[in-house]
Amino acid sequence: MTHAPILQVEDLAKTFTLHTQGGVQLPVFDNVSFTVSPGECVVLSGPSGSGKSTLLRSLFANYLPDAGHIKVRHAGGWVDMVTAEPREILAVRRETMGYVSQFLRVIPRVPTLEIVAEPLLAQGVTRDEAEARARALLARLALPERLWSVPPATFSGGEQQRVNIARSFIRAFPILLLDEPTASLDQANRETVVALIIEAREAGTAIVAICHDAPVRDAIATSLFDVTEFAAAA
Amino acid sequence: MGVSEPLLTADGVTKLYPGGRVGCRDVSFNLYPGEVLGIVGESGSGKSTLLNCLSAKMEPTAGSISFNTRTSGLTDIFQLSEPERRLLMRTDWGIVHQNPRDGLRMGVSAGGNVGERLMAIGARHYGNIRQEALDWLTRVEIAEDRIDDRPRDFSGGMQQRLQIARILVSNPRLVFMDEPTGGLDVSVQARLLDLLRGLVRSLGLAAVVVTHDLAVVRLLADRLMVMKDGEVVESGLTDQVLDDPHHPYTQLLVSAVLQV
Amino acid sequence: MSKTQKDATAGSAAAAYNFAYLDEQTKRMIRRVLLKAVAIPGYQVPFGGREMPLPYGWGTGGIQVTASILGQNDTLKVIDQGADDTTNAVNIRRFFAVTANVRTTEETAEADIIQTRHRIPEEPLREDQILVYQVPNPEPLRKLEPRVVESRKMHAYAEYGLMQVKLYEDISRFGDISVTYDYPVLTNGRYVMAPSPIPKFDNPKMHDMPALQLFGAGREKRIYAIPPYTSVKSLDFDDYPFRPQEWEDVCGLCGADDSFLDEVILDDKGGHMFVCSDSDYCGKRRAAGHVGPMADDAAEAGYGSE
Ligand SMILES: Nc1ncnc2c1ncn2[C@@H]1O[C@H](COP(=O)(O)OP(=O)(O)OP(=O)(O)O)[C@@H](O)[C@H]1O
Ligand SMILES: [Mg+2]
Ligand SMILES: [Zn+2]
Repeated sequence: MTHAPILQVEDLAKTFTLHTQGGVQLPVFDNVSFTVSPGECVVLSGPSGSGKSTLLRSLFANYLPDAGHIKVRHAGGWVDMVTAEPREILAVRRETMGYVSQFLRVIPRVPTLEIVAEPLLAQGVTRDEAEARARALLARLALPERLWSVPPATFSGGEQQRVNIARSFIRAFPILLLDEPTASLDQANRETVVALIIEAREAGTAIVAICHDAPVRDAIATSLFDVTEFAAAA
Repeated sequence: MGVSEPLLTADGVTKLYPGGRVGCRDVSFNLYPGEVLGIVGESGSGKSTLLNCLSAKMEPTAGSISFNTRTSGLTDIFQLSEPERRLLMRTDWGIVHQNPRDGLRMGVSAGGNVGERLMAIGARHYGNIRQEALDWLTRVEIAEDRIDDRPRDFSGGMQQRLQIARILVSNPRLVFMDEPTGGLDVSVQARLLDLLRGLVRSLGLAAVVVTHDLAVVRLLADRLMVMKDGEVVESGLTDQVLDDPHHPYTQLLVSAVLQV
Repeated sequence: MSKTQKDATAGSAAAAYNFAYLDEQTKRMIRRVLLKAVAIPGYQVPFGGREMPLPYGWGTGGIQVTASILGQNDTLKVIDQGADDTTNAVNIRRFFAVTANVRTTEETAEADIIQTRHRIPEEPLREDQILVYQVPNPEPLRKLEPRVVESRKMHAYAEYGLMQVKLYEDISRFGDISVTYDYPVLTNGRYVMAPSPIPKFDNPKMHDMPALQLFGAGREKRIYAIPPYTSVKSLDFDDYPFRPQEWEDVCGLCGADDSFLDEVILDDKGGHMFVCSDSDYCGKRRAAGHVGPMADDAAEAGYGSE
């Protein structure tokens, strides 16, 4: 890769302090540093509880690290997700960084098609085009058409997962964070999602992923990053 | 980053009640155009005191509050003359009250309630006022044929939606909401929240929402301030504060909700 | 016969009272209030009203204003609903005849001061005349905004959207502005004012009137004024403009088609006619030879004969 990094993680540290549990300290990681460039897919590895999701959520500013920097190239400059103002973080999330969580957390009561089309609408794409692209993507992910007009609250885990993926892949984010994107999917759907991820990567998206499934990991990863090496001392 | 000017700034806002009781103490923040700020905390934590100061209903004991007026930029709202402030309150600002009785004229028709702000700024064409009222009733999902009915005959959810239409008709830039879904059935709350969320986003409204309902801020607010005993104990991006709370009180608040 | 007369019995009785009943100090206080009212057209000036030997509702506000401006050489006319001969008008006229020994008249043109309840005379008033209104409810916003402090602020800051809401409600409910009496006006482009319960027919007369108009509310202890030649605009909407009352009929007695008409029942068989509410105006026209379509029937029914 000749591209300059778009994501730079520097000396990141995170410890949870549980005040409701008598102030017990849960050190997760310390001194985490790595970079990701456009077209790269870094897969975080390590056993359960080693802090992969905590790191990924920190990158998205859903968790707040105690020290270090997460620098994201955004709108022609750098934003540090650790210190940025909420509105700057939201701008990064709107334009630069997408996130696919293990669980769907979207607005209740909004129909599936609308949820998927919304990122395009927010970008100013016309409703007709946004919905057409949303339909095409949902079809590709084999989500039954009868579900498109229904809010996903009652969907199965795999169905929700695909809505989530559709919403994140409907537009090209410069950076994508994926937490177990294929976890609850069957073989056919898993292959579709892997294809989507590879397409995005080849189109220049920088990806950080958590993925326990070895074949999927091997298909998408350009490098592995072992979180256990940075486990913080308790 | 940060090229735009704040719409509202609070600097060290403190309100002491007679006898020295603390309403709120040393609250500072900047609110930017289109930003939604949630204020959460248990009852008595100073949320409404702060909201009343911010919305100029109550003058703080110390500190200042400035609003970016269309004509003269950031201006201390308590340095404005009273008529200027009242004008601001019925044009650029709107307040959604917890109790619709405080925000609506119960004896005036829905159309009259929505039209009032237009007439207050000089609209004198009945047909146009009525058309605009109809448009707004539709946008808040009140049937057009209810335009001549009085809000006292409306359900609680409809009354809240009418309050919203009554405010938004004047094209405000900043909306204050005090427990906007309080006292409503869960399903009615949900519908109101959807509506608010849609309107806030599509109109690019800035808002300050006070609530004790974390689900409300999760859905509406970009950022959050957690208040306890009149002070802000934690603030930040909404999902960050709710998912990775740092202050003991916030952790308690979040875990209390999870357990319910 | 001239209706201008001096009450022959008044001279001796007057000695027992201050001139025009009120003491000089009170009159001076009211005149100061009047000056302020004239200086701020349409603004309600509070005053320390005195108890009058008449119950509220009998025009105590108007009487105090009249008493304060009345001079010994003035001629006074008092009307109630346009007529000089109703109990209220007769009582007030007698009151001043007794307490001030002034000349009284039923002729509009003869009067220096006209105290009125519910009408403005049809005959245009002159610069040397003063019209004093008796006002029961001076606050036009009261029914809309019961909080007194708030309604004062609304006046202070000219926040009159709510007044317009009231008219909006009328149109949405009745298809048109249904107010027919005490129709609110904007005075001098600034203060919304209650013109007292005159018919909206009279509203246009207030505009640019050469005579000074004074308003006295006894119970509410408020005085307000419209100086001569002041703009007085009846509130309305662009697409529902203000319209005074109109009649298909003319006055049955004098044939006038430009005056405010009252309906009069002639017999118990449903016979009726319209006549001028302004009795002086009607009489003047008839004396000048105008004859209305019902003049004979009316005479037969014993109505309208002098
Ligand atoms: N919001 C939170 N508050 C407190 N502790 C947390 C929070 N989130 C995670 N932890 C703790 O941090 C540690 C790391 O958890 P994390 O979810 O990051 O692990 P993971 O590597 O993603 O595990 P898995 O592979 O099972 O998903 C765990 O001890 C977990 O209990
Ligand atoms: Mg995990
Ligand atoms: Zn006549």
